Amino acid sequence: MSTTAAPARRKDLLDIESLDREEIVFLLDTARPFKDLFDRSVKKVPALRGKTVLNLFFEPSTRTRASFEIAAKRLSADVTNLAITQSSVTKGESVLDTVDTMQSMKVDYMVVRHAAAGVPAFIARHTPAAVINAGDGNHAHPTQALLDAFTMREAVGELAGRRILLVGDLLHSRVFRSVSTVARKLDMEVGIFAPTTLIPSGRPDYMQAFNTFDEALEWSPDFVYLLRLQRERQAAHFFPSLREYHHVFGLTRERFLECRRRGIRIMHPGPVNRGVELVDEVLTYEHCLINRQVENGIAARMAVLYWLQPAVTPLPDEKEEVAS
Amino acid sequence: MSQAAEISLLAAPDIRHKIERIAAQIVEAHPQHPLALVGIHTRGAVLCQRVYDILHARGRETAFGTLDIALYRDDLDNLGTIPSIRGSDLPFPVEGAHIILFDDVLFTGRTIRAALDELVDYGRPARIELAVLVDRGHRELPIAPDYLGQSISTARHDHVRVCFTETDGREGVFLTRSAPQP
Repeated sequence: MSTTAAPARRKDLLDIESLDREEIVFLLDTARPFKDLFDRSVKKVPALRGKTVLNLFFEPSTRTRASFEIAAKRLSADVTNLAITQSSVTKGESVLDTVDTMQSMKVDYMVVRHAAAGVPAFIARHTPAAVINAGDGNHAHPTQALLDAFTMREAVGELAGRRILLVGDLLHSRVFRSVSTVARKLDMEVGIFAPTTLIPSGRPDYMQAFNTFDEALEWSPDFVYLLRLQRERQAAHFFPSLREYHHVFGLTRERFLECRRRGIRIMHPGPVNRGVELVDEVLTYEHCLINRQVENGIAARMAVLYWLQPAVTPLPDEKEEVAS
Repeated sequence: MSQAAEISLLAAPDIRHKIERIAAQIVEAHPQHPLALVGIHTRGAVLCQRVYDILHARGRETAFGTLDIALYRDDLDNLGTIPSIRGSDLPFPVEGAHIILFDDVLFTGRTIRAALDELVDYGRPARIELAVLVDRGHRELPIAPDYLGQSISTARHDHVRVCFTETDGREGVFLTRSAPQP
């Protein structure tokens, strides 16, 4: 866990795929001292004093939005929250109109969540503000992956060669995409276990697929990462019932005891569907990292906000227009 | 301008002598009062460690801490690469402490301003004093050292570099003259 030289700053964080290993390690190294701040009497530092962070959420979210809000405030930024249900987007204003309006207010950072993949990247091209993807459709959720990598590293140290088993709805999960990518970039081994209806068709070779939960646990993963089940998927007949899902793909009491026997760490991006992805007693297990993931989310997001650098206007494409 | 010449200002024995004198002055000024020594990353922390070792060898126990002021800099906006954060480590209650702050070079005073801001975020110290190895002038803030190794006169655009074995593999204080920016 040596400290590395800082990589050049980026304007946006849109996915894990575009980050190289050095950038990921730098962000994880940087999150560590941010976490130490939480034990101070004054938890704020002035790094982003005078800057404005806009939480632009086109999709409902409580936890991620709150996490970004606390992260920004601990860096002394001013935070404005804009949720779709309260905004004129429901009156027919386009995404770009909303962004233009926000830009007129001289926002420095935009944290964007949207149900459609690619919207944060689209916005990033049209604003000098630094854009952070806080989840777009089933594409990416980069800060979730960073906080998960941070949490895993905090638990076991070096991650190269460690094993992570991802369980659940892989098909619709941006968390799955980002977490499996960060794991690969940090040289972890990735296993998956999911209903065949919920495995993406273009599954990369580096992932090892298992047919039963027991077989997957025999593989001796260091981490079992349970993905959140979106209940509306049941209506779409991806699996027969919640009870059936729990029985086959959930961390039942027997499987939990097996995890405990092996000292496997349990993770979940939250919020947990108790009795579906896992049984209640997992939450009091000493190697359950779910609450730590939440706590570490603030530190990881602080590291991202600290690293990114909003563009000095005009944007590159506008410059080209001027030049031509 | 081609390769600028590096002028040696202090050699290893000079540095040792200056640091011993700083330690002696601290003991003289505070014969009994409990002290906390705090070094600013990176070379201020080395200076602080050395003074701590001298005091410790003389049977004088003090608290020891390090400060990373990266998050308190007033020029973060303009930096293409952001400073790595090593974090601050103050393993003693800052509230009511008598702190001596260490840095290698005192220049504009902005680093010390940042360090003071950070220290008071941990609590309300009873007193903060400042010890530096080299004061090169050109202050932009009303800050002065309480313990000083050597004062040197420089031009605004000169570079003064303190090297310690622990961080640089060699020992010395060097000055590089450079032409003023247009």
